[in-house]
This record gives sequence, C-alpha cells and structure tokens, in this order.
Amino acid sequence: MTDEKNVSWSVLVGRSRPLAPPLTRDLMGIYTLWQRDVIRLWRDRIRLVGSFIQPLLFLFILGGGLSPRMGAMGVTGSGGTLGYQGFLFPGIVAMSVLFTASFAGVAIVWDREVGFLKEVLVAPLSRTAVVTGKILGGATNSVVQGGLILLLFPLFHLHPSPGRILMAFLVMILIGLTQTSVGILLGVRMTSSQGFMVLMNFVILPLFFLSGALYPLDRLPPWLAVASRVDPLTYGVDLLRRALTGVHFHSMLTDLVSLGLFMGTMATLSVVLFNKTD
Amino acid sequence: MIEAQHLSKIYKGRKGSRTAVDDISFSVGEGEFFSFLGPNGAGKTTTIQMMVALLRPTKGTIKIDSLDVVTSPHEVRQRIGIIFQDPSLDDRLTAWENLEFHGRLYGIDAVSRRIRGKFLLEVMGLGDRRDDLVRTFSGGMKRRLEIARGLLHAPRLLILDEPTLGLDPHSRRSVWEHIHRVRKEVGMTVFLTTHYLEEADSSDRVAIINAGKIVAEGTPDRLKKDLSSERLTLEAGQPEDVMKYLLGTYPKLSGRIKKEEQSLSFPMPSGESLSPWDLLRALPFPIREASVRRPNLDDVFIHYTGSELKGQTAEKGEHL
Repeated sequence: MTDEKNVSWSVLVGRSRPLAPPLTRDLMGIYTLWQRDVIRLWRDRIRLVGSFIQPLLFLFILGGGLSPRMGAMGVTGSGGTLGYQGFLFPGIVAMSVLFTASFAGVAIVWDREVGFLKEVLVAPLSRTAVVTGKILGGATNSVVQGGLILLLFPLFHLHPSPGRILMAFLVMILIGLTQTSVGILLGVRMTSSQGFMVLMNFVILPLFFLSGALYPLDRLPPWLAVASRVDPLTYGVDLLRRALTGVHFHSMLTDLVSLGLFMGTMATLSVVLFNKTD
Repeated sequence: MIEAQHLSKIYKGRKGSRTAVDDISFSVGEGEFFSFLGPNGAGKTTTIQMMVALLRPTKGTIKIDSLDVVTSPHEVRQRIGIIFQDPSLDDRLTAWENLEFHGRLYGIDAVSRRIRGKFLLEVMGLGDRRDDLVRTFSGGMKRRLEIARGLLHAPRLLILDEPTLGLDPHSRRSVWEHIHRVRKEVGMTVFLTTHYLEEADSSDRVAIINAGKIVAEGTPDRLKKDLSSERLTLEAGQPEDVMKYLLGTYPKLSGRIKKEEQSLSFPMPSGESLSPWDLLRALPFPIREASVRRPNLDDVFIHYTGSELKGQTAEKGEHL
C-alpha cells in the first residue's frame, strides 16, 4: 500500500511533456465538451420531459383547435395539399429544435456564472475548439429533442420513407447548428442567465412566428413577407415540411443555400466573438 | 519558474482607464512557495489571469518555466495547475467526470487519468464519493476536488487564488494540510494569493501588493525584522485621554495607534532610545494591563499600506 502511494506521488511530479499537436488537442477538447453537454441533458430529466411536452401542447391543443377552421380549406403548396395538423407538424418539430438549440446560449452564460467556463478557458486548447464543442453539443441535444417529436409522425397520418426521415434529421442538424450558433453569439458576452432569457425571447419568438411553422406565408402583408424571407428558420421549416410531407413553398436550392449561408455566418461570428472576449 | 518583468495591466473603459497592475517585477524559483499578500482589488487576480494567458499584459513580460506566456500560452497552461478563487466545477457531473474531463482537456492519456484520478481522490479523502454528483458536496469537499483536479495533469506550478475563501475554519485547515502534503511529496512550486496573514506566513517568500504595486518583498521573517520596533498594547480606563497624551508626546505615532474598546496598540516610536517600560512609567494615567510583542505580518502590512487587512469584503470585479 505504502509502495503504491509512493509510486503514485511520483507520477504527479511535473514534467515538461511535449504538447500534442494543436489539432489533436482541439479535437479531444471538442469531443470532451460535446460529451459533457450530452451527459448533462440526459441527467436533467425534467428539462428533457419539459421540452417534450411543450411541442405536444402546440400539436394537439393549438393544432387541434385550429384544424377544423384551417383544415376545411387545407394548406396548398407545391407538391400537394395538407390538413392543418399535417401542415403544423414539421413546424413544431422545427420549433422543438429551435428552442433546445437556443438553450445552448444560456448554457454558456450559465457556465460563466457557475465558474466552469474558467476551467475550460485555462486548458491548453483554442477558443475555437471551445465554441465548436459547445455548438456541436447544443446541436446534438436539439436534434435529440426534435427527433423525439419527429417520431410521432404516424399520429398525423404522415408516411415519409426512411430516406425522407434521414433527410429530416439532416435538416434538423442544420437548424440545430444554426440556432445554437445564434444562441452562443448572443450568450458570449452576457453574464446573467436571466438577462439572456429575456433577450432570447425577443429573438426566438419572432424567428418562430415568421418561419411558416404555424401558418402558411403566402398571404402575408408585405412587411411580414419580407421579414419571413430573412428568417433562416423559414427555410429550415420548408425543408423539413418537404421531407416529411412532400409539400413545400421554396425550391430546395433556395432553402439549402439560405440556411447554409446563415449557419456559416452565425457559427463564424460566434467563434470570432468568443476569441475576442476576455 | 516565474519571471515577471515590468508587468502592467490597464483596463480601458468608457469612464477612463484603471491600472490594475502597475509595473511589477518578481521572480519565483523552482520549488519555492511564494505568496502575494494584499487586499481585494490589489491586482492579485489580474496578475494570475496574465500568468495563465486569460489576459494580455498591457506592458511588460511574464515567463513561466522560461516560456513567454503571450507567445506560448498552451505550453504554459499545461505546466500550471490552478485553483480559482470561486468554484469552477461542473456540479451536475460526478467527481470522477470532473477529473476525467479535465484530464482529457489537458491531453492526459486514459491510463494515467485513471491511475492519477483514483490516487488523488483517495489522497483528498474523496475516494468513496467518486461517483456522486458534485452538487451534493460541501464547500470543503469541492475545494479538495478542485485541488485534485488541478494536480491531475502533473503541473510544475500550482497557482492558488485565495484557496480558502469562504470556507469554515475546519475546512480551511484541512485544505491547507492537503496543500502542504502535496508540496512535501511532489516539491511543486506554489504561487499563492491571499489576504489571510497566517497563510502567507507559511510561505518561503511574500510580496505585499497594494493598489497594483509590490510595496515590500522578502521572507516573512525578514519583513517582520525590518520592522524592528516592538508593539505595545495597553489597556486603560480612559483610552481617549491616553491617546491624546501619546500623540502630544510622540508626534510620530500619528495615525498608527489602533484603538479597540479600552485598549490601544501601537509600535514603539522609532528613533528614540526609549524602552516600553520607560514609556509606561512616564504615562500620567493608571494602566490596567500592558503587553509587548514582536511585530507580525499584520503590522508589516499596515506599515507598508497604511491600512488593515482584516474585514475586507469580496469585490465582484476582481473575480476571475
């Protein structure tokens, strides 16, 4: 026993080991921070269940209430006509991703509040790796949450092929990455999570309302139509609706390019801003 | 191990600039236990932030193990284990996960992580709590876990930023026992910031820092010897009158007499060949009790900064 202890103390004697190459360190760091966020989600059952229930309220109460009126006409886009609940379903999947992903921003504020961020910032890895790990972690969590809702598709008489389901997951990943980046961008400089929540409501709700998740965008007053065109979630919802129902309002190229550009910009901005923050 | 030269940090804000660290130079040798003693807002934490490359010095350089912090931040960070002033654990993770993730962030291989993690938890008295969530830990346990975590990557320099702030006396003692044990076993260089005198007293060398400047530096004994004059404490029925008399007779004592209820304490006026006994005998007042003692670090601190250390409250902006 004594022997083992002596050996162990000697293991702690500091040596100047050569550092691993930057890329190796950063990849390990990204993986570690990603894993931490995923573990935390699974451990936080209340959050997991809570964020599952909210979309159900939208689907069954809002959707159930509105569908007798909206459903009479149905919603017609390129590729067919949908009942209201069928129309709403992809929008609510997107909402679920949107809300969870935005939470990644508050997570970084929270890390700052509880002090864990310091521990990460003094580790020998780049700030870019820290943000990347955070974005991937938040996006993963949001896709898990969205995916749970997505699995309810049979209840809405939707029959996407396995290929379409795969596509839906890819779209959710895109939405998740975009919105996590937005959340982190807003959260990087904030020191109070309550302040962040308030700020986030001003960002998330317009994004959500303007995205075509709740109602079709074809008869909007001009100023709302313009606003909805600059909302990245519009294209995410459209892609998701195309994947799950076959109905869509924009070309796939427009959707992918708009969403992709927005995601790239937001991710880059959050990395740049985080690198500049003390 | 640490080489700081003309180090300055000036924060520029909308309301003008504030100098947090003002042209300080110091060096700490391999294996040495060095303390920064000073009140909150003196620039202690800012200095540490520059050491670990969280802040860029406005002027001057700082080297750790002969490596410039600004140009090789990651090499420097790998050599440093740091215990922050405020908690920095993820309390939704278990003790083990906190160690495991730390080890990975510092590029420690899986086998070493396991061996060292297990050993350090054992040493810190947390062996049976490894799979418990940190949120269930007491303040002292969290601190010990942070020490274990700071040591996991076998740093050569251990930075302790007010390591016992907010702990109860029992936990403080236990934390220090562990730190001393590590020093004895591993012979690590330790850089401590504190405003507890007794903590600085056990270090090899102390620098007293006030308003961003190092105002005195040396071994605790040396610093105390520099204040050769003895301290006299006396208790009297009318302390106000005694005080008035003392100030009238020895103008040098102005501002140096500390009054607490009935008692007065002050350094013996320097430059006069006067023994405490002579002084007492000359007092035209009845004295109930008197005692003479050698100067301690508190006196050293008051001597150099003109203010007392005790009763300082934490200032938010100073935290990491």
